[in-house]
Formats: sequence, C-alpha cells, structure tokens
Amino acid sequence: MTQAMADAMRPPFPAERGLDVYNKKLGMWIFLASEVMFFGALIGSYVILRFGAAGDWAKPGVVLNIKITAFNTFLLICSSVSMVKAYAAIQDGYPDKLRFWLLMTILGGACFVGIQVFEYIHLVEHGFVPSGVREGSELAEMVAAGSLPAATMGLYGSTFFTMTGFHGFHVTCGVLSMLYLYVTKALPGKYTAQDFAGIEVVGLYWHFVDLVWIILFTIVYLV
Amino acid sequence: MTTVAAASHTAHAHHDDRSFIKKYIFSTDHKIIGIQFLFLSLFFLLVGGFLAMQIRWQLGFPGKPMPGGSLLPETMAPGGVILPEYYIQLVTMHGTFMVFFAIMLLLVGVYANFLIPLKIGAHDMAFPRINMASFWSAFAAGGVMLASMYVPEGAARAGWTMYAPLSAREDLSGAALGQQLWSVSIILFGLSSVLGSLNYITTVINNRAPGMTWFRMPLSIWALFITAILGLLAVPVLAGAAIMLLFEQVLGTHFFDPAAGGQVLLWQHLFWFFGHPEVYILILPAMGIASDLIANGSRKPIFGYHSMVFAICGIAFLGWIVWGHHMFVSGMNPTLGSSFMVSTLLIAVPSAIKVFNWMGTMWRGNLRFHVPMLHGVGFVAMFTIGGLSGIFMAATPVDMFIHDTYFIVAHIHYVLFGGSLFAIFGAIVYWFPKMFGRMMNEGWGKVHFWLTMLFYNMTFFPMHNLGMAGHMRRLYDPNIYDFLKPLQPLNTFISISAFLLFGSQIIFFVNFWWSMFKGKKAPLNPWEDNGLEWTLPSPAPHGNWETPPTVYRGPYEFSVPGMSEDYLPQTKKLPTDREPAMTPAHGH
Repeated sequence: MTQAMADAMRPPFPAERGLDVYNKKLGMWIFLASEVMFFGALIGSYVILRFGAAGDWAKPGVVLNIKITAFNTFLLICSSVSMVKAYAAIQDGYPDKLRFWLLMTILGGACFVGIQVFEYIHLVEHGFVPSGVREGSELAEMVAAGSLPAATMGLYGSTFFTMTGFHGFHVTCGVLSMLYLYVTKALPGKYTAQDFAGIEVVGLYWHFVDLVWIILFTIVYLV
Repeated sequence: MTTVAAASHTAHAHHDDRSFIKKYIFSTDHKIIGIQFLFLSLFFLLVGGFLAMQIRWQLGFPGKPMPGGSLLPETMAPGGVILPEYYIQLVTMHGTFMVFFAIMLLLVGVYANFLIPLKIGAHDMAFPRINMASFWSAFAAGGVMLASMYVPEGAARAGWTMYAPLSAREDLSGAALGQQLWSVSIILFGLSSVLGSLNYITTVINNRAPGMTWFRMPLSIWALFITAILGLLAVPVLAGAAIMLLFEQVLGTHFFDPAAGGQVLLWQHLFWFFGHPEVYILILPAMGIASDLIANGSRKPIFGYHSMVFAICGIAFLGWIVWGHHMFVSGMNPTLGSSFMVSTLLIAVPSAIKVFNWMGTMWRGNLRFHVPMLHGVGFVAMFTIGGLSGIFMAATPVDMFIHDTYFIVAHIHYVLFGGSLFAIFGAIVYWFPKMFGRMMNEGWGKVHFWLTMLFYNMTFFPMHNLGMAGHMRRLYDPNIYDFLKPLQPLNTFISISAFLLFGSQIIFFVNFWWSMFKGKKAPLNPWEDNGLEWTLPSPAPHGNWETPPTVYRGPYEFSVPGMSEDYLPQTKKLPTDREPAMTPAHGH
C-alpha cells in the first residue's frame, strides 16, 4: 500500500459515485436536515405554548427593542449577500475578492452576535429573564400595573431566550468556522476556481442560519 | 487460509506506521471506531444488567438485605436493604443505560460503523474525523451519565422517560444535580448520534463500490441506512427537549410548568415524537442483521428481498406518526388517540411481511445451525412474541387496562432483549473473526444461546401475567397492595430466573475475551458468505481495499445451480456478467 492509500481522507480513486454532489456538500445538507428538526422542536414548542396559553401573550414591542433587532436582521441578511459574493468571487477565480467578502461576512456575523449580547444585557437589566420577569425590576412594575400579562410572561421569557439563544450559538459557530477557513485557507490563498468546497459548505450553513433568523424574527418579535 | 492471514499481517505491518494512540485511541478508521463502540456499549450493557439484578432482588425478596448491599452507602441501602429513593434511581438508570448506551450504541455505533464501509466496498466513512468525534462525544455522554450515579443526592429518578414536571422540579424529584447531569448527557448523546448518522447516510449514498447498486446492498446496510435517517431526524428533537428540560432545571424556565402556563404534555409529545422512531432505531438494524444471518444459515437467497427493503422503509415512515400510542391515558384528545391507534396497527403489516419472509427464507433451506443462525432464529421467534403483545398496547381500550403495568415491561423486553439483543449476540459472533481475526468458541456459544433463551423466557414471559393481574411498573414493593400479595412467588421465580440469565452472560463474556486472544485463527471466509467484507483478510487493513472491489450481484446468491460451491461472492465475475457502468468521478 502506498502512503496515499494510508490517508483514508483522500482515496486514490474516485470514491464518490452516488449522487452528483461531493461528500462534504451532501453531508452539510444532511446535517441541515437535522438542524431543521432541532429548531423545529424549539419553534414547535413555542407555537404550542403560545396558542395553548390562557390569557394574552405579551406585546413584543413593550418588552423588546424591535428597532435595534430589525437593524440586526438587516445586518445578517447583508452578511448572507456578502457570503454569496465571496462564493461567486472564488468561483470566478479571484482569491483577493474572496478574502474581502469573506471578511465582510465574518464581520457581519460577529456584529450580529455582539448586538444580540448587548440586547440580552439590556433585557436582563430591565428585568426580562428566562424565568419571566425578575422581581423588583422595571418590567415587574409594568406587570403589577397590568400593562403586561402576568400569566404568560414566564412562557415568553422561556421561549424567547431558548430560541434566540440557540440561534445566537449557531451564528457564533458559523463565525468561528469562517474565521478558521479565512486564516487557514483563504489568507494563504489555498482556494482556487477549482477548489472552493469549504466556502460552498460553510455558505450553505450560513444561509440556513440566516433563514432561521428570519423565521424567528417574524414569530418572536413581529407577531 | 493461514497464509492469507499471515500475508495480511505483513501487509499490515508494512504500511501502518501510525502510532499506537493514532491507531487505537484517536483513530479515524471506521473498524477501530466500531470496536471502540463495542467495548463501550458492552460495558454499559453490563452496568445496565447489574442495575437490573438489584431491581430483581428488591422485587423477588422485598425488604431483605441484598447480598453485598452493605457496600452501598446509607442513603441508598442502609444495612443492604434497598430504599425506595434508590429503587427509582435503579429503574431510571437501567432504562437509560440499556436504551441509549447499550442497545442503541451496539446497533448503530458498532455495526453501522463496522459494516457499512466493509459491505459497500468503501475505504472508510465519508468523514472519518467526524466519526471519531461521534465516538468521543458518546464516550463523554456515557461518562457523564455514569458520574451522575455518584453525586451526593444520587442519580436521576424520574424514570428513563423523564416525564415533567417530576424531572424538571427539584422539590418533586429530590435530586438536582443527578437530573441535570442526565439532561447534559442526553444532549451530548444527541450530538454523537447526529454526527454518526450524517456520516452513515453520506457514505451509503456516495461511497458505494462500482456495481454496488441500491438493490444489491445487503439488508443489514439497508436497515442501518434507514435507521440513520431516523436517528438524524428524531434525535435532534430529543436534544431540543433535553435542552428545555435542562433550562427548566437550571434557569427556571416554565415550558413544562402548568402553574406558569406551561404544558406538561409538551414533554411527553416531544419525548415520544423522538421515542417512537427510536423504537425502530433499536429494532430495524437488528432486523437487517438477522436477515443476513438467516440467509447465510439457510443457504438460500433471502425470500422477497425487495419487499424486505420496502417493509423497512414502511416501518420507518409509519414510525413517525404513531407516537401518541404511548400517551393514550395521558389525557390527550381521545379522537386523536383513535388515529394513533389505526396508524400503529398498520405497522403490523410490514412487520408481518418481514416475519413471513424470514420463515420463507428458512423454508426447505439447507439449514446450518451455527451460533449466529441460532441467534437469528431466536430473534425472529422472540420478536414475533413481542410484536404480538405490541398489538394489545396499540388498541386503545386494552392499553387503558395494561398501561404502566408489567405487561408493558414484558413487551419491551421481548422486543429489546429477545429481539435486538439476540440479533446483537448473533452479529458479535458472526463478525468477530472480521474484527479480531479469530473465531469465538462454537460449543460455548451454543451453551450460551440455549441457556440465555431458556432463562430469558423464564424471566420475561411471566411478566405478562403479572401485568394482567395489575402489577404496576416501577413499583417498589408489591406487597403493600393486598391484591398483589399472591403474586410474590411469581416475582421470586422471575428474580431467580433473572439471576440465572445474568449468570449465563458470564459464559458469553468469558468466550468473548478468551477468543480474542486464544481463539481459533479465522479462515478467510468462515461462514462461506457472499459479502464484500469476506474478500478482505481478517482483521481488514486500514483503508480496506487497495483498489475498489467490483460488484456483480446481490449478497444472497446461495445454492446457485451449476456452481461448485453453495455460495457465489458478490465480487466473483461469471462469464455472463457485464462490467458495471462507472459513474463519472467528481472534483474536490
């Protein structure tokens, strides 16, 4: 056996003969299917709890700062666009453009996470926590005054922090993976018009995370 | 034959210059990972069995000091007498270890890893490093679960189904850290399962050898492939539910807390939405493996190959729409209950197709009752009993009567022990030579099979009677009810049978370890089988094949007329065989 054989990652003959899709891309699609089920469990629980709840649901506009999150949503959509630009650049064989657009995507994602952390700190200061409303806080006074429904605030806090928290975790993972690809492959110029699998695969993940956010923003912040 | 083994040994030593740690500990080789999973899951099988023995002691001899029980701390068993708090931990951890860490890892961890690349002619899994991550996250999950038994207030105690709010609230369960560690372990386990599943699916779709078309795949690979799809889609739901449970325990959220508007049934729906596909994750690979063993032992093509494949797919599909049959008495809408009843009863159709096909395979076969074949036939017989008792539970009116009784305990053990575990024992004996290059002892294998079969039925069959008489599941001491007092002799009989059953497993474990070092050297094709894995030396070298094998037919061509032998390997080219069309290679 040759040394090349010993490396099972790169077999010396074409190993992929099933679909017209290479392994990493197929693997990512399959992984995204499991992610759909994971977010499906969280979002489905939210829908059931909200429609099964006795009494009114809290008005998102009263508890949350929708304007800043709307800006954040815009930022994440922009980062999806820059991801497409990065992908198109390397497909056409421009590694310098790839580096620029990939960096833009990383920055967009990092800003999104930063703003979300800022939002969380702000919400907790006002008294909005995963268990509902913190006693003695600004929101607790509003609940006492009847401008927020006491019965459903606990559910709102539980579902809000779980869903947006896990989305934020996914964005963080995406930013870290893109940063890894940027440092180890894009900067040394290892991506070419013939080999850009990493960019395509991380791009798929990034668009998925973006799509989940659009759903979350709609059902958690807007309705 | 010995020359082949010797030649393989030199080839092995020649190319393999990886260090011990890279080769055996942090290995990316699917065969080594499969063997790692085997050791891990057999360890948890022993742990789970050991817990079961303590349960049986309490039920067989309630209130009497357990032998060796004085070693346990005062909080569990003062003076060797098991406390109710400890008893509920025993049943919880027995279920958890057996379902997640023994049977599921034995089938999906061990045999998906070990068999898929070998049986489809691939060098390795599509993502060897992700495969390694899958093993080590399962290892971490098992470690956390084991550690949870040693924390001061003890392990999780809400039953393996972890119904909320009992599992969610410390004031109800009485164990904060143990419950939290259960949730953490299950989340890690979910990660491991998803990483494994996406690997198996990608490998089967993309990395088959030339000529290995979908309908030339062995049924074991079909079953593992469909199982991987179930695992990929069902386990994330459990992980999501476990995350909510962990937040409930740690952050004080209110998902399952009715006082704050949460819904108790939400946990049950999420758990069983995962839990029923999980049931098929635990049985489909066993069905696939049993099909391989029975075709080999019958020296006949499997009866109705295509209908077997479609039955696997049908069971997997129906598995998604039946979870409500676990919840007939939960207060769920009764109309919804009827639809769950109908969909559940439908599963009897593909299951019966499989049972009849196994019998059709054996019918007038040139039967060879080697140890794997015995286990395969044992699987069919016991699975049939378990399947028939399942129909009682599917029917809502009957289920209302037997719900949460020992009838259910009997049923799950008939399908999980009598079904899955018999197929697993068969698989271990069958592929032992491929793993370790030696045969397990045939005579002791037969002794183990017959003793297990006898004591297993003595243990679990009377549980049906207990259940019909109203003996509740997870009951600490049946003698507190007058109507259960007459059943004490039956309980004692079951316990003694269970101790004998556990004792007969020692034969298996001694045979396993002894054969690994001292067993007879394995010939190239010890079972005279057609599968691709038997064209390789045992144990197979890293990377499996130098050049990919070419496949000319399906795996069940036994007793083909006009052949000098009664088997026809998938790689053997006959003058009438055409070369398979090569699909174009891809970049990257």
